[in-house]
Amino acid sequence: MSAIRAEGLTKRFGDVTAVDQLSLEVAEGEIFGLVGPDGAGKTTTMRLLTGIMDASSGDGWVFGRSVIRESEAIKDDIGYMSQRFGLYHDLTVLENIRFYADIYGVPRRQCEQKIDELLELSNLAPFKDRRAGNLSGGMKQKLGLSCALIHTPRVLFLDEPTNGVDPLYRREFWRILYQLQRQKVTVFVSTAYLDEAERCFRVGFLHEGKLIACDTPANIKKLLNGQVLELRFSNARQAAALLREDRPESSVGLFGDRVHMLTQDPERDLNQARSVVAKSHLELLSSRVIDPGLEDVFISVLKKDAGGTHAFE
Amino acid sequence: MFGRLKEMLIKEFIQIFRDPRTRFIIFLPPIIQLLVFGYAVTTDVKNAATAIYDQDNSVASRELTSRFIRSRYFKVKENIREEGQIRHLIDHSRVKAVLQINKGFENDLRSGRTAQVQMIVDATDSNTAGILLDYGQRIAQEYSQEILLDRVARSAGPVRAIGGLDLQSRAWFNENLESRNFYVPGVIAILLMLVTLMLTSMAIVREKEMGTMEQIMVTPISSMEFILGKTLPFALIGFFDMVLVVLIAWGWFDVPIRGSLGWLFLGTGLYLMSTLGMGLLISTISRTQQQALMTTFFYFQPMVLLSGFMFPIENMPEPVQWLTYLDPLRYFLVIIRGIFLKGIGPEILWPQMLALLVMGVSVFLLAIHRFKKYL
Repeated sequence: MSAIRAEGLTKRFGDVTAVDQLSLEVAEGEIFGLVGPDGAGKTTTMRLLTGIMDASSGDGWVFGRSVIRESEAIKDDIGYMSQRFGLYHDLTVLENIRFYADIYGVPRRQCEQKIDELLELSNLAPFKDRRAGNLSGGMKQKLGLSCALIHTPRVLFLDEPTNGVDPLYRREFWRILYQLQRQKVTVFVSTAYLDEAERCFRVGFLHEGKLIACDTPANIKKLLNGQVLELRFSNARQAAALLREDRPESSVGLFGDRVHMLTQDPERDLNQARSVVAKSHLELLSSRVIDPGLEDVFISVLKKDAGGTHAFE
Repeated sequence: MFGRLKEMLIKEFIQIFRDPRTRFIIFLPPIIQLLVFGYAVTTDVKNAATAIYDQDNSVASRELTSRFIRSRYFKVKENIREEGQIRHLIDHSRVKAVLQINKGFENDLRSGRTAQVQMIVDATDSNTAGILLDYGQRIAQEYSQEILLDRVARSAGPVRAIGGLDLQSRAWFNENLESRNFYVPGVIAILLMLVTLMLTSMAIVREKEMGTMEQIMVTPISSMEFILGKTLPFALIGFFDMVLVVLIAWGWFDVPIRGSLGWLFLGTGLYLMSTLGMGLLISTISRTQQQALMTTFFYFQPMVLLSGFMFPIENMPEPVQWLTYLDPLRYFLVIIRGIFLKGIGPEILWPQMLALLVMGVSVFLLAIHRFKKYL
């Protein structure tokens, strides 16, 4: 039985379709990443699958139980962490965890052991008497995770858990997720960071409410039709703008100080790029053909959506 | 169904006592309002600032003046010499009343003519003005009657009997007609409404606004547990405030409590059901705390005005009187004043108690119905 399944899941708010005919399946013990730009419908999908929002049509199942008709029954199986910090600012770390332990009806004896375990997992033990409102962003997220895990759920839903958290905490957060995965917990995580998506077993790419790709990161990258040319310029931002202007139909992305260009013919396009930037007295510092990242794929997908060339076969 | 209620209550109490704003709402408004109403709000008219314009300056005119002063309703602030000063004093609110005695006052009395006396009052406040005129009338009448009797006695020998009416009045339940005795129990009712409404109307909407609601929704807690967890603490606070305010009313303001405290508690409990239920309803329909607060005041204000707390319901136009039946405060005022001043109980007050029960249960059910464990 799959841990999570959705079939034609749709949510409309008035004229806007936030989630459109979403179907997917997540196996038990998987870390599944839901990726997409802001407003793609990630949060709505999370809310539908956790049974706190009613779908307009379609249905979803968590371990075979409908999120619509059995929304109360699935609650013991799922842990959920909303995008916004959802815990009580005026309660301490320990009080928050205890409150959730009690609400979930975790037996007393088991509870103390579980709390110790979670405090250790999240390294929050030294801060257990601190008010949640006084924690740093990263610590808040770890507290949220601890509260979502207190009843040992089989599926964990995390809505952009690392949004606005510093890189160190992000890495730590993922360390915890892998640890949970080893304990057979299924993780369904949404993120706007593609480097995080690469860490998932499988990724679903959500765009304007539609799931346009769903596979392992490696397979998704294979969908890319062409090769990626990585170019370094003396002024990357300006160069990217020039290249986009020159070739509006192709996908050009800016990655830090590098420009990525999707190409069918690296040789020809490199020469063309060099001549385009030379007119503006920019210098091409280096160039190489690289393995495409998820971001390259998604940029080309978004490009396609905006009327550009077909990136997918 | 109620297994998680205890945890919810513990959490709520921790939060209530940690939040300085909530602590403030629990303690300060009751005490301040009670002091304000106990001391400042009084419809008794005593020692009204008065100016005397005595043009006659005779034994008789001085006698009339001193009768005004002795009544204690008037206090002479000014003695004026010319007419123009009257306007000046009243315009500047230096005096509320002017007693004008024309030249020839004593002469008129002696020669058996009707002597004219004028009283001018500042009727900006029509209530006070009416009362002052009434007092003035009474003083003048008494004086006039004495003069009359005196004259009859002098011309026809001692009077044995003279007919006429003598109205002996007795004010039951409030012998000295102190408005404080009337207002303080009313203030208790109003305070309870204000405090419980404010606290509960914030309760659920705060969780929505802070984002904690979403996290609660994925837990197996039931709507009933959540709502009761949000209400019971405020019911307890309501009772606590009631006791606090009753103690001050009784110990400090000497307002008599003639009825039984048990019935007072029962009545308060019934009343709190309506106010807490209404607060919850507001909280479930509001999106932000600010909205909830605004709605609370839009509800609270008319409830006070329609309750008969200040303005007698019998004086209102009939359609407005029907509206007052929807006002829980209306019923509780009858109950609390009845218990405090008349010493009566449910044998008389049961219709009001029943009305509160019905109202409380319905509004509670409505609030629970409105509350969904969904986004």
